[in-house]
Amino acid sequence: MTRIKQFSLFILGSARLALTGGKAYWTWVGSLLILIVWGVAAYATQLRDGLIVTNMRDQVSWAFYIGNFTFLVGVAAAAILLVIPAYVYHWKPIKEIAIFGELLAISAITMCLLFVTVDIGRPERFWHLMPFVGSLNIPSSLLGWDVLVLNGYLLLNLFIVTHLLYKAFFKRAYNKALIVPMILFSIPFAISIHTVTAFVYIGMAGRPFWNASILAPRFIASAFCSGPAILLILFQILKRLKVVDIKDEAIWKIAELMAYAMFLNLFLFGAEIFKEYYSATHHILHTQYLYSGIHGHTALVPYAWASVICSTVAFLLFLFPATRKNLVTLNIGCLLIYAGVYIEKGMALVIPGMTPDTLGEIYEYTPTMTEVRIGAAIFSIGFLIFTVMCKIAIPVLKGDFTVDSLERSG
Amino acid sequence: MDPDHRDVLPQSSSLIILLILFAGIGLLTIFSIVKGGAEIEWHEGGGLKAFAPEDFPEIEWNDPSIDQLDAAGLEGSNEAFKVAPPPFSEDIFPCTECHAEMEPDVERRVLEDMHDDIVLDHGPKERWCFDCHNVDDRDRLRLANGTLIGFDESYRLCGQCHGTIFRDWRQGIHGRRVGYWNGPKRYLLCANCHNPHAPKFRPIKPLPPPVRPEFLAGR
Amino acid sequence: MSQDAKGGDVGRRDFLRGAGLATMATMATRFTGASPRAVERFLATRFTELSPDEVEAILADLERDYSRRFGKEVSVSATPPMDDVFFGYGLDISRCIGCRRCVYACVKENNQSRDPQIHWIRVLEMEKEKGIDLAESSPYYDPEQVPEEDFFYLPVACQQCRNAPCTRVCPVKATWQEKDGIVVIDYDWCIGCRCCMSACPYGARHFNWAEPELPAVAVNPDTHILGNRPRMKGVVEKCTFCIQRVRNGRYPACSEICPVGARKFGNLLDEESEIRYLMREKRVFVLKEELATKPKFYYFYAT
Repeated sequence: MTRIKQFSLFILGSARLALTGGKAYWTWVGSLLILIVWGVAAYATQLRDGLIVTNMRDQVSWAFYIGNFTFLVGVAAAAILLVIPAYVYHWKPIKEIAIFGELLAISAITMCLLFVTVDIGRPERFWHLMPFVGSLNIPSSLLGWDVLVLNGYLLLNLFIVTHLLYKAFFKRAYNKALIVPMILFSIPFAISIHTVTAFVYIGMAGRPFWNASILAPRFIASAFCSGPAILLILFQILKRLKVVDIKDEAIWKIAELMAYAMFLNLFLFGAEIFKEYYSATHHILHTQYLYSGIHGHTALVPYAWASVICSTVAFLLFLFPATRKNLVTLNIGCLLIYAGVYIEKGMALVIPGMTPDTLGEIYEYTPTMTEVRIGAAIFSIGFLIFTVMCKIAIPVLKGDFTVDSLERSG
Repeated sequence: MDPDHRDVLPQSSSLIILLILFAGIGLLTIFSIVKGGAEIEWHEGGGLKAFAPEDFPEIEWNDPSIDQLDAAGLEGSNEAFKVAPPPFSEDIFPCTECHAEMEPDVERRVLEDMHDDIVLDHGPKERWCFDCHNVDDRDRLRLANGTLIGFDESYRLCGQCHGTIFRDWRQGIHGRRVGYWNGPKRYLLCANCHNPHAPKFRPIKPLPPPVRPEFLAGR
Repeated sequence: MSQDAKGGDVGRRDFLRGAGLATMATMATRFTGASPRAVERFLATRFTELSPDEVEAILADLERDYSRRFGKEVSVSATPPMDDVFFGYGLDISRCIGCRRCVYACVKENNQSRDPQIHWIRVLEMEKEKGIDLAESSPYYDPEQVPEEDFFYLPVACQQCRNAPCTRVCPVKATWQEKDGIVVIDYDWCIGCRCCMSACPYGARHFNWAEPELPAVAVNPDTHILGNRPRMKGVVEKCTFCIQRVRNGRYPACSEICPVGARKFGNLLDEESEIRYLMREKRVFVLKEELATKPKFYYFYAT
């Protein structure tokens, strides 16, 4: 068989696998597709009428889309939490499932790129961003760097995942000399997508809420909470599916590490709060808008406190061994972290940075239905990609889906 | 092969229930935000409607005569300025039409038959017409040193007292100029903006505020 | 920093563009029924890399398009910067009465969208007792008459920073500072990511949230390609010191309409200019000097 033929066999087999499934699978995929269609219709409106259909305005010119983008960058980087123990410390049980971290990264980065795409005013000019073809403003523009590292991280993970699955499909060992360096390379890449995204914000000297060097470490600390929160739940599913046998100790260990990350996140948060409220300069206005509202504008206040409470409760749940080792409280903790970080690194980062605006005006932003629909569609696309990739990866890893099984089933 | 999520469902009930709860709360939250956005109440005035320059005839500054501005006598000269015509009321100039035949009355008094719109509010109470207007030839103004000047040079008269402002005006720092930043320009006389008899600048009606972001897309 | 050198990679770019995008463009033409020139313009490079001939062709195209669209002669120029000229602006806070004549003159001169409304100048009302305090200011004041007793006014537009944060963050080099100091935007190259709006500390950049509405009767037909030519949906725009006027020696529109003569404009390199005179004789300050953006827009108090 030629390589091309082999590869097309793998692709065809995968496609067939993705298109066969039980009722639960199709219910899930079907509801995602419905959400996607619903959101794409909203995006069509946005393309026709312009971004006026959002509630973004000159005063708050980045909002829901960019907030979600920022949060998802954190999720994407979670892969390295599996990669580091697996490939740097050669921890066997995690090595077997590290690929799921990469699948998560691929879905999250795809969502990131989609959120950026729906946010820009002239999406048909995306090619201006392409190096050599367009005029990517490197090294001056942090957003330019972000485009590079996000796409680089996406391609890297896509390649690694495809290679691993492809080789497993043909029951061959993967190319260690190629893959291991690439996996190691993805570690600094993951850190850099965070750091560069944080730098996009930090670089805005006119926005004191963002212009704080603590933002970059906070991005990483919170990603080390939210990423594993998703993965912990994923592990339990994988365990039930008997893909791999993950010992409870491994899960508890990760939960313990998360507790430390959360402590770091809360500590950095406290440091920021101290600096703002003790010095109480004009820069405090943004923090005040977030936590207590100014001049009666309090749209974000409940969410800001919800985030603080979620993070603190989750921290406590993960801190005490008793609750950490109880699956129910562990899962509650994961969801709380997820919610807490979603607010903190999403809307609660972007909106207060722009409220009040640079001339002191307060425009209270809340997303429109169109924005929510488009956001839902993008999340659905991400979930769909993740589902389909898992649908293929799980049997491959279990050895159920190989070139032989394909030939047997005709 | 073909493992799907069917075999997850029955066993992981706690997880599934939590996920559903979480998604439910999330959706509720999002809908409450969206709804909240639609119900912003607005009580402070201004900025509800978008106005355009076409709504205001006073938004006109392009004087075609600017294009014919003559560069001569403008560069580097502090004495001769290309000024806008003095703001005479209609049919009032030349003053000698009436005043040539009239006996000058130098008494301070309230003007009744003519010029009754003039209420002097300019500096000390002792101020009177002939501090500035020339008694013998009403078509001229009179400087303190006796020099007679035309109304189109009235800035020299004002400059006698308002020296620093006169200096700024000559440099183009006080008052408006139109034309070319690197060439001929036209000055306005003091009297074009300030009523010489009551020179304090009068308040005017502002044009409407910008439309608030909440109303940018219309209501 | 003004104009990027035309590097050797232009050739390679042209090749790549030719290969990939031409196919796409041909397809686009077929589906949308647009004129072939529209495709060429879509594929054209950014303004600073265009050859003089390409600029001429694009100007002619734009003139034809606009004239057809508005039913009257519209001229589009690309007047280059003058030599030995670096523009600066002065605004006399002690004179400004907050009447907003400048705001609307600017809209008229620069062909901004009427609805959704775009204003390049924002006049802030501030309490005399509090001094300059942006957090306490309001642009929405609407009394019967101005100036109001206890208030003063601070009009803010693009500060034309020498060290402009907005041009630095643009991911596609669609905005830059010209040799005469004017910060401009290539509307045909801007992707509408609004990074520059986040970066601008003065709220000077404005986005076309919808297709701009510009009535044909209201169009100012004297336009500049980097300035007041009619814009499109989804791009950012801002004050250009009336580039179409000042590059022909004229004062900006806001300066000519100001009823109190609070607005001053001139060449910073000319010691005899109004702007240099006021910097010498009065005391000037810039907004947010702590950000070191080094604006060429100076506020001063003449009295």
